Amino acid sequence: MKRVAVLAGAGAALLVLPLAGLLQRAPWSTIGSELAAPEAREALRLSLVCSAGALAVAVVLGLPLAWVLARSSFPGRSLLRALVILPMVLPPVVGGVGLLAVFGRRGLLGAHLGDLPGFPLPFTTAGVVLAQAFVAMPFLVVAAEAGLRQVDRRYEDAAATLGARPWHRFRTVTVPLIAPSLVAGAALAWARALGEFGATVTFAGSLPGRTRTLPTAIYAGLQSRPESAVALSVVLLAVSLAVLVGLRGRWLGT
Amino acid sequence: MRRLIVALALALATAGCGTSDGPGVTVAAAASLTEALEALGGATFGFAGSQQLVAQVEARAPVDVVATADTAAMDRLVRGGLVETPATFARNRLAIAVETGNPDRIGGLADLGRTGLKVVLADPTVPAGRYARQALDWAGVVVQPVSLELDVKAVARKVASGEADAGIVYVTDVGGASQVDIPEAANVVATYPVAVVRATGNRAGAQAWVDRLLGPAGRSALAAHGFGLP
Repeated sequence: MKRVAVLAGAGAALLVLPLAGLLQRAPWSTIGSELAAPEAREALRLSLVCSAGALAVAVVLGLPLAWVLARSSFPGRSLLRALVILPMVLPPVVGGVGLLAVFGRRGLLGAHLGDLPGFPLPFTTAGVVLAQAFVAMPFLVVAAEAGLRQVDRRYEDAAATLGARPWHRFRTVTVPLIAPSLVAGAALAWARALGEFGATVTFAGSLPGRTRTLPTAIYAGLQSRPESAVALSVVLLAVSLAVLVGLRGRWLGT
Repeated sequence: MRRLIVALALALATAGCGTSDGPGVTVAAAASLTEALEALGGATFGFAGSQQLVAQVEARAPVDVVATADTAAMDRLVRGGLVETPATFARNRLAIAVETGNPDRIGGLADLGRTGLKVVLADPTVPAGRYARQALDWAGVVVQPVSLELDVKAVARKVASGEADAGIVYVTDVGGASQVDIPEAANVVATYPVAVVRATGNRAGAQAWVDRLLGPAGRSALAAHGFGLP
């Protein structure tokens, strides 16, 4: 038992100490003015907008995907599940290169979509949302699928015998039953989108006000304004922590 | 931020053991030096934008030698007492990278101000971006870039992949794209300094590698990759 506690302590230290180091280097006396700078506010705003957009994409497309993976049976389902999880282990920069190969101006689809409004996607805010959704959606799919598998199907069957149509049944019975998994998955997906860097810079680039999210602004500021970079990092941590703690307390009862 | 945390974690993990666990030399160098230094060899390299090199050395990452693409980044390390006296080892010039075959018929800096043209520059926080800004200012050209990339290689990649129409890079970084020259009078000369990191655990090895870079082997590798020599 003692050994477990020691290892747990070392594990926590590995994760927490670098964050503590960051806090120790934060320019507390000037943090207010650092964050009031237009570039900082712009990056924070863009990060919140894009991560919310990425979360919306992840839910709208990821929940049906989780449903199919959990409830239907077809050849290649395990392969599909593995493929869906791959973006979690793929270096984000490689994900960005893949997105360019498909949605870029010379990409498989991008070359044909180029004339539509909003295309090509690289260098646009929509491109940031797409890059973030690519890395974030697997977290939602995995959590939602696990939730769907644990649902006692008799509740759904009972609703069906009472005349509830599939969509109504899904909304009023299934979703409330998987709400804890769904919220946990959504929180992870959102946090992953908020911290996304590699796929975003590779696919969407880095222009203040349009594609430069907080992580990119932090990277860009490391030399010219390191105080600002650390201040922005602290904000990123604070925002993520507030949301994650808030959600856990409210939905997961832990 | 992820890079900063990695640097901090690295610094923690290696605190107290330095880099003396082997005879090897680790060199942190500006992205534009990638091909030339890999051809020279003799060390393990980490290539990045100069702003990240400064952050690495300031975070006490296990690096023995640092080579930046401008004197401002190196001066910052010198002021911090983190490196020994730097020496200039290479010079570089700017060029315009355009798509293969130059489909937009770009002839010079003035053409980059054209509306509808997707121009990518390096961020002004990295030397290539600052030099590009300087050259455009001198030429009196106003450019609305679609992206300010975080290192000069990324600018060249965005052009070579066809996502952007043009970008300003070093002559050494045009890569897979086509090159449009910027005349000498309108160009900016970048100066590359190298220095031994004071915290190195392998001072002799670090100095020997710097000497090799400044000597005939280094000069011929740099010249072969388009760099000017001091």
